[in-house]
Amino acid sequence: MVPLNWYLMLSAVVFMIGVFGFLTRRNIIIMFMSIELMLNAVNISLVAFSHYLQDMRGQILVIFIITVAAAEAAIGLAIIIALFRNKDTVHVDEMNEMKG
Amino acid sequence: MSNYLLIPFLPLAAFLINILFGRKYLKENSHWVSILAVAGSWIVTVATLFDVLAGRVINEDLYSWIVSGEFKVSVGFLIDQLTAVMLIVVTTCSTLIHIYSVGYMHGDKGYYRFFAYLSLFTFCMLMLVMANNFLQLYFGWEGVGLCSYFLIGYYFDKKSASDAGKKAFIVNRFGDFGFGLGIIMIFLTFGTIYYEPVFSQAKGFASQTINFLGYDVHLMTLIALLLFCGSIGKSAQMPLHVWLPDAMEGPTPVSALIHAATMVTAGVFLVARCSPIFSLSETALMIVALTGAITSLFAATIGLVQNDIKRIIAYSTISQLGYMFLAAGVGAYTAGMFHLYTHAFFKALLFLCAGSVMHAMSGELDLQKMGGLKKYMPVTYWTMLFASLSIAGVPGFAGFFSKDEILWLAYSGSSPVGKFVWVIGTVVAFLTAFYSFRLIFLTFHGKFRGTHEQEHHLHESPKAMTIPLVILCIGAVASGWVGIPHLLGGGAHFTEFLKPVLGHPEAHGTHAEEWMVMAISIIAGFSGIGLAALFYLVKTDIPVMLTQKFNAAYKILWNKYYVDELYSFIIVRPAIWTAKNILIGITDARIIEAVVNGVPKGIGEFSRILRKVQTGLLQHYAAIMALGVLIIVAMMLLR
Repeated sequence: MVPLNWYLMLSAVVFMIGVFGFLTRRNIIIMFMSIELMLNAVNISLVAFSHYLQDMRGQILVIFIITVAAAEAAIGLAIIIALFRNKDTVHVDEMNEMKG
Repeated sequence: MSNYLLIPFLPLAAFLINILFGRKYLKENSHWVSILAVAGSWIVTVATLFDVLAGRVINEDLYSWIVSGEFKVSVGFLIDQLTAVMLIVVTTCSTLIHIYSVGYMHGDKGYYRFFAYLSLFTFCMLMLVMANNFLQLYFGWEGVGLCSYFLIGYYFDKKSASDAGKKAFIVNRFGDFGFGLGIIMIFLTFGTIYYEPVFSQAKGFASQTINFLGYDVHLMTLIALLLFCGSIGKSAQMPLHVWLPDAMEGPTPVSALIHAATMVTAGVFLVARCSPIFSLSETALMIVALTGAITSLFAATIGLVQNDIKRIIAYSTISQLGYMFLAAGVGAYTAGMFHLYTHAFFKALLFLCAGSVMHAMSGELDLQKMGGLKKYMPVTYWTMLFASLSIAGVPGFAGFFSKDEILWLAYSGSSPVGKFVWVIGTVVAFLTAFYSFRLIFLTFHGKFRGTHEQEHHLHESPKAMTIPLVILCIGAVASGWVGIPHLLGGGAHFTEFLKPVLGHPEAHGTHAEEWMVMAISIIAGFSGIGLAALFYLVKTDIPVMLTQKFNAAYKILWNKYYVDELYSFIIVRPAIWTAKNILIGITDARIIEAVVNGVPKGIGEFSRILRKVQTGLLQHYAAIMALGVLIIVAMMLLR
């Protein structure tokens, strides 16, 4: 039996990988993948708590989150493709038109 | 009985229809809407008059207008004998002048606008006279002032007309300021601004005094004089008379309706309406009488030498209004109202005749360029002659009865200044007859003095104009017959009719004295006419000789006692100087502009610093967000 702490640590580690990936990489696709990592880190902790509390509601919620995430990923990728077609780059440093 | 509501609201409906649809759809047919509306009001007014004659007085609220704590006002209507007289005057004159305007304004590009404003004016005037509280009176009061401004400046592309409109409006501000304060004083004193409770309680405050600017002032005197301020402005009395002669820039029907028959008499109506307050203060009454007497003398002397046909009649109006105040000031409110009522007919008629003359003379106003018009325009001549006979106080005509009653009551009343104002009134009667007939003789008799082209163009006015002239002429002759005094075997019905509202002063005099006063005023009138005939028909070189001999006096009269120049010197120019140098130069340029420009400049500077944060780089935002989350978590852990 794997204790709850381990799952939570895994979740935290995966989440922090996502955060650092998002903050340090400049390729927008990698950043997008980092976001997905953070999302799934949260999913891990949800499932872990669900198992620990013997309550199926957490897992049901996770299924919903994954469904929504899939839709969100499709939209996100579509935006990235549109961006790439316009700017010929996926490098975020070159996308600073909103600078004040 | 509630159909009396149609009286003010029919003209309002006509105004709305004309102002909304006149420009595009009604155009040349606008007059139908307005005429039908005022004629409708007139019919309802006559029906209402019969109700009032039968003794039914209406005093009811239509709907709550303002309710704020103690302060309650409704749109309400009071129709008593006094209101009924005013209603008849207003709707009759308004209807006839609307019809006259069809001929006079024919082909004008603002045709629909003219009728819209005329209807709006009628509505406001009716609201003024039908009010049952001071605030609605004030509403009507300001409404007629506004319409007067619109209509004086009707030819707004003409500089002098738009200036005259502004002058009328601004001069009236002075008076209305006092009037407004008077209403506030009434509310503070009585706790209500409805006529009925105010007038019934007024006696209880008769001896109360109030500290005003450090002096103990009789409360009723203060209220009466503040209200009288409004009257001075609206009825063009000294020292606020300067706007009325300039108001002649407006179209002539406007001069007839607003600046002769109705609006300018609102001041007299106000004094009569507030007679329970005025009667409690001898000082206030004395000031009213003296203001009226001095104004009437002052305006009549100016009228002697002017050459502009409309301005002469305007000064005559000021003078006659002074007469009405003179009457009110000696306590003879009924006589004042009687003169108001007869004056409305003959003065409106004089103006409309002047308009008819102008029409024939292609807009010429100078008396010196007219002459001999009698044979070209007989209807205008005869109607104007009758109006002048009436104003001159020739026995049998309307003006005679009202003027005689005023003079008799001034002579015999208990007012301390009664005898003095009687003398002035008699002198003014003489002057009035003189300048009225000077106008008639110079316009209609003798040889034509204008250009050949004008002479060729001379013609009688169209039917739409002459018919109202004839109807008004009947009024100018016969309207006085309802008030024939007991002395001449009449019933003095007019006085009896108004007695329940205005009371009647006691005359302390014998029949012999009454005959004497009447004889003197008749002599004054006839000698005025005779002198005018001598000067302008028989020996036409006398006026020229007189002007040369008394050149200084003539100059003063010709320049209207330099009142305009005086005001320009002590009020207008300092005001403009202050505006230019202090308000524009210092307040506006240095203070307001500094704030107005400084605030956005400061905000701009600050935002220039602040917007450096907005780098446009996605990861900066994400880092800040992560940092924020860390801080919140840290705070929760360390708590």
